[in-house]
Amino acid sequence: MVIAVALLVGVLGFAVAAPARLPEVLVAGPAAALAVLLGLVSPGAAWAEIVALAPTVGFLAAVLVLAHLADTAGVFRYAGALAARLGGGTPQRLLGVVFLIAALVTAVLSLDATVVLLTPVVFATTAAVGVRARPHVYACTHLANSASLLLPVSNLTNLLAFAATGLTFAGFAGLMALPWLAVIGTEYLVFRRFFAADLGTPAQPVPVPAAPAPRYALAVLALTLAGFAVAEPLGVHPAWTAAGGAVLLALPELRRAPRRLGRILAETNPAFCGFVLALGVVVLAVRRHGLGALLDGLVPGHGDLLGLLSVAALAAVLANLVNNLPATLVLVPAVAHSPGLVLAVLIGVNVGPNLTYVGSLATLLWRRILHAHDARPTATEFLRLGALTVPACLASGVVALWLGLRLWGV
Amino acid sequence: MRILVWLTEGTWPACVDAAADLAPPGADITLLHVTDPGVAESLHGAFLGRLGRGGHGTDPGDTVEAAVRAAERTLLDAAVARLGRPAHTAATSGRAERLVVEACEAADLLILARDGDHSRPGPGSLGPATRFVVDHAPCRVLLLWPDAATSPRLLPPAG
Repeated sequence: MVIAVALLVGVLGFAVAAPARLPEVLVAGPAAALAVLLGLVSPGAAWAEIVALAPTVGFLAAVLVLAHLADTAGVFRYAGALAARLGGGTPQRLLGVVFLIAALVTAVLSLDATVVLLTPVVFATTAAVGVRARPHVYACTHLANSASLLLPVSNLTNLLAFAATGLTFAGFAGLMALPWLAVIGTEYLVFRRFFAADLGTPAQPVPVPAAPAPRYALAVLALTLAGFAVAEPLGVHPAWTAAGGAVLLALPELRRAPRRLGRILAETNPAFCGFVLALGVVVLAVRRHGLGALLDGLVPGHGDLLGLLSVAALAAVLANLVNNLPATLVLVPAVAHSPGLVLAVLIGVNVGPNLTYVGSLATLLWRRILHAHDARPTATEFLRLGALTVPACLASGVVALWLGLRLWGV
Repeated sequence: MRILVWLTEGTWPACVDAAADLAPPGADITLLHVTDPGVAESLHGAFLGRLGRGGHGTDPGDTVEAAVRAAERTLLDAAVARLGRPAHTAATSGRAERLVVEACEAADLLILARDGDHSRPGPGSLGPATRFVVDHAPCRVLLLWPDAATSPRLLPPAG
C-alpha cells in the first residue's frame, strides 16, 4: 500500500509541478513499469487495464484533433463573431450568448477546446465590443468544467467512466441533459448577481464585421455528433466516429497543405495519451492495495438522493485534493454497481475543480509557492466565485440527476 | 490643476468628455487605465491545471495577456484622441480600486464614472470598485453617469 501510494504521489507531484513543461508521462510511465516490476500489479492485470483504457484514449486523441481542425477551419473565429453580433448590444446579452457557445463547445469538443481555443476568442470579442472581459472570460473557464457533463466526449473523466455506466452514448446524454442544464442555469444566475456591476455598464455600439460561417466544418461536426448516437448501437465505438470526423475535417486542410499532416498528428498529444494509460496502471496498484477497500466502505451502496449527493460531494472533495483524473480512476470502480452513482461521481469531479482555477488545491498551493517571489496575483475573485457556484451547482446538478433517473426509470 | 481621469471599459467616453469640458486651460491631465491580472491568471491556471497535458500547445493565458495589453493601448489611444488636448497616459495592472486611490494622492481632482446599473438611480449604480474609490479618494471627486440614456432621475418616494 505504502509503495503504491508513494508511486501515485510521485506521479501526481511531478504532474502538478511539471518542471519546464516536461510531459508528465516521463514519470508516470516508469512509475507504472515499477508497479508491475515490484509485483503491485500483475502484468496481466496491467495489460487488461491498458486494453480497457485504450479505446477511451483513442477517443480522446480523436477529439483533440477534431477540436484543433475545427479551430483551423475558423469555427471559433466564427463563434466569436456570432457572439459579437448577437450579444453586442449589452454585456448581459453577450454573457447569455457566451454561456450558450461555451456550453456547446465544451459539450461537443471537450473542455480543452473551451480553455485553449474558445476563451481567447471570447476575450477578443469583449475587447472589440468594448465591454468588460471578466464575466465573459470567467464564464468560459467555469463552463469548461461545469458544462462538461453532457456527453462522454466532453471531459476525459466522462470517457474514463463511460464504460462503467453501461449506458449507450445517447443514454448517457439523455441522463446527463437535466444535470447539465441545471448546472449551467445555476452558474448563470450566480454570474448575473456576482458580476452585476460589470454587466450593468453600457456597451459602446461598435460595428462588428460579419464572418462567413465555416459551413463544411460545422456540417462535419454536426454529422460526427449524430454519428456518435447512430453508430454506437451498430457496434461502432464512438472513437471511430470521432476519428472519421477528424479525417473528414483534415481532408480539405491536407489538400491545401499536405505538409501539415505532422502537425495534425501531433495534436493527438501522444504524451498525454501515454500519461492516461500509465496513470490507470498506477491507480490500479493503489486500488488493489487497500484504497479500494477503504473507498468501498466510504461510498454509499444505493443511488437514492442522499447517496447521490454524498458521492458527488466525496468526488468533488477528492478532485480538489488531487485532481479529477485520479479521483475518477479511483472512485468509478467503487461505484460501478450503480449507473446513477457513477454519474453522480462525474458531477462531483467535473464541477468540483471550479473551486480553484487551477484544477486542484495541490496545484493552487504549488502555484502560490512558485510565484511567491514575483508576486503574481492569484485570481482571488475567481476563488470567491468558485466558493459560491460549486456547492450550488453540485446540489442542483445532483437533484436534476435524481429526477432524471426516476424519469427514465434507471 | 492636476486632473486624474480613471478610464474603464464601457464608461470611459463620459469621463473623457467631462475632462474636456471642465479642465481649465493648462490643467495637467492624466488618463489612467487599470487592467485586471486575474483574467489572464485564471486562464494560465486553467491551462496548466489540466492534469497530464504537459503544457501542450500555446498557453491561452499568454495570448490573452498580450490581447489585454493591446486592448488597453487601443482604449488609451482612443481616449487621447477624443480628449483632443495634451494628456499623460498611465497603464497599470492590479486591484483597480486601490491603485486608483493611490494615484489620487498626486491629483487635485479625480474624474470617474458610475460602474453599476446605469438605467436607474440608487445604490446599485455604484459597483464595489467605484464605491471603494469614492469612499477613500483623498482628493476632490467628480462622479458621472456614463451615458445620457439614463431614465428620469426621480427621487425614491419619501417615507
